[in-house]
Amino acid sequence: MTVEDELEIMGQRLNEKIKNIFGRSLHIREVDAGSCNACEVEVTALSNPIYDIERFGIHIVASPRHADMLLVTGPVTRNMELALLKTYNATPEPKLVAAMGSCACNGGIFGDTYASGGGIDKFIPVDVYIPGCPPRPQAVIFGLMVAVDKLDQKIRKKEA
Amino acid sequence: MKSEYTDSIRKEFGSVILDENVSRNETYLTVKKDSAVKICDYLYHHFDAPLVSIFAADERKADGCFKIHYVFSLDKEDAFLIIKINIDEKSPEFSSITHKIPSANWYEREIQDMFGLVPKGHPDPRRLINFEDWPSDAYPLRKDFDIRTKLPRVKGEYVYRRVEGEGVYEIPVGPVHAGVIEPGHFRFSVAGEPILNLEIRHFYTHKGIEKLFENISIDKAVFLAERVSGDNSVAHAVAFCQAIEKIAGAKIPPRAKYTRTILLELERLYNHLGDIAGIATDVAYAFGAAHANRLKEEVMQLNESVTGSRLLRGMNTIGGVRRDIGGREELILEKLSSLNLDFSDLMELLFASPSVADRIETTGRLYNDIAKGLHVVGPAGRASGIDRDTRRDHPYAAYRELAFDVPVLKSGDVNARTRVRSDEVYESISLIEQALSRFSDGDIKVNIKEIPDGYALGYTEAPRGETLYWVKTSKNRIERCKVRDPSFCNWLAIEYAVLDNIVPDFPIINKSLSLSYSGNDM
Ligand code: SF4
Repeated sequence: MTVEDELEIMGQRLNEKIKNIFGRSLHIREVDAGSCNACEVEVTALSNPIYDIERFGIHIVASPRHADMLLVTGPVTRNMELALLKTYNATPEPKLVAAMGSCACNGGIFGDTYASGGGIDKFIPVDVYIPGCPPRPQAVIFGLMVAVDKLDQKIRKKEA
Repeated sequence: MKSEYTDSIRKEFGSVILDENVSRNETYLTVKKDSAVKICDYLYHHFDAPLVSIFAADERKADGCFKIHYVFSLDKEDAFLIIKINIDEKSPEFSSITHKIPSANWYEREIQDMFGLVPKGHPDPRRLINFEDWPSDAYPLRKDFDIRTKLPRVKGEYVYRRVEGEGVYEIPVGPVHAGVIEPGHFRFSVAGEPILNLEIRHFYTHKGIEKLFENISIDKAVFLAERVSGDNSVAHAVAFCQAIEKIAGAKIPPRAKYTRTILLELERLYNHLGDIAGIATDVAYAFGAAHANRLKEEVMQLNESVTGSRLLRGMNTIGGVRRDIGGREELILEKLSSLNLDFSDLMELLFASPSVADRIETTGRLYNDIAKGLHVVGPAGRASGIDRDTRRDHPYAAYRELAFDVPVLKSGDVNARTRVRSDEVYESISLIEQALSRFSDGDIKVNIKEIPDGYALGYTEAPRGETLYWVKTSKNRIERCKVRDPSFCNWLAIEYAVLDNIVPDFPIINKSLSLSYSGNDM
């Protein structure tokens, strides 16, 4: 299967989920909490003409105030900790957090040191973990799908 | 080794040289502490030798003192001259050379933060990496500082430069930006639209990488080098491996050299295509941006077919490469030939578009004297008339055997930086084709069992420019690893390039300089 085929199948599934749950598109704010920048390379790739995730109803927005989800990369450096917390607090509820990449998941190669925080979930609650260093764009799309399911569960729980 | 430079230094300053040590193309001169400024000034102004790095090392255990190294590149001789001084713990200070060599600015402040050695007379002695909420006596690169230390947050204040006057106001931007880019802070002082002053504040992504190098095995350190600045993974990994191979006195097999060259150029291709796409986006040339982004994606998919990684990771190792890329030659050639056609079509359209020309010509000028003073490297330097390229001046991998041009332009604007990259894309394609035509069968790796104690420089020309590693080993571990990413040199240039430009042009200028935050902050 080519990248394009894989993508079509996953993208359509994701699009349906988004429509069912949000009734509109999923707005994502990306936050770099000290990544090596390769995760950003892949997030940027999601918007190129091959992946073009906007067509599946995913929109990368400029402000956390417009976001349904934070897509966070990096191990949370000491110098980024406050900025991450501020961004999290500025995101309206109900919100989702996806930790993208090994270092966001658990500190990865940078570990837990004087400068590196050892993963996002030590600082803010995380809904999905997208492993990889960096995860391929397809893996990110898959991760978003899992995250959207999670939100569905969250909302149902609240309603029940 | 015979060297015009070292001979002359010996003649002029013989009486202050305490020790001399030559290993391969690196000459280390330990001089009296108070004469470093004079000698560096002489090398820099008399010989026009670029100062490519300054770094300290904590050698109190072995030698009872700290050392500071001033690394000069002797491009004509493919050599490096390193001036060393010893600093006693009891008087932890040294004379700043920033007033003579402006590019020393950040290095000296870095040494101050990381080692607690004070550059006396520094024009801007503020903290650089350790933010204001770090305790004042925490020096992470000292050997007695444990990497796992969790420092408390203390009260402190960072004072920005102020520009005052009627109608002047400040625009603070970041660290979290609107686009998908890395974090950093920019503070503009503007009067109406034109920028009067820009102050950048970085090191938000400081991850303690140099300290980490000292705490992991040499094999694993290759993976860490790949993650200093993720989009320049190959350049960093190769520079690191070369330093270790130099210490071990190992020669890597020809097939490994050619493989590395191919990987390095594939990396340059997708980076340059991405930068051109970014510039097209920022001048609202949507068609060009989509086109360039598609080409970048194609190269990244090619990377994946050839190496298993879209970012070419996991290929380099001490002694060569891990996997043979044999069998993919045809695929690479086929992709490159279609890239060549598509790319030249795109460039023709882009440079012929009046709306693009209007936004990029004369925008973000970086004048040659400023670029030189700050030691701006890579395409940004070459677009401002600095004729340097590590591949040519200090050949490594297979570059000595391959033919290529180094495009150099003078105007120093966004246009020149775009054109330098565009020209380099063709050179990279040709380099890969040449490398494939000389690709001979053989081993892809030499086994290096023991890594002796020693030290050496490793260097590459990353897509962003000159990348340097200085590694010192001891008992099969890393004692000190100084990484110098090209962005550490180039970031300050942006403060000059934006002057008198309007705020809306800032993103284009920034993109055209293509700066890494992670590589800078480490
Ligand atoms: S997960 Fe890997 S690629 Fe992503 S930021 Fe961390 S080190 Fe870089």
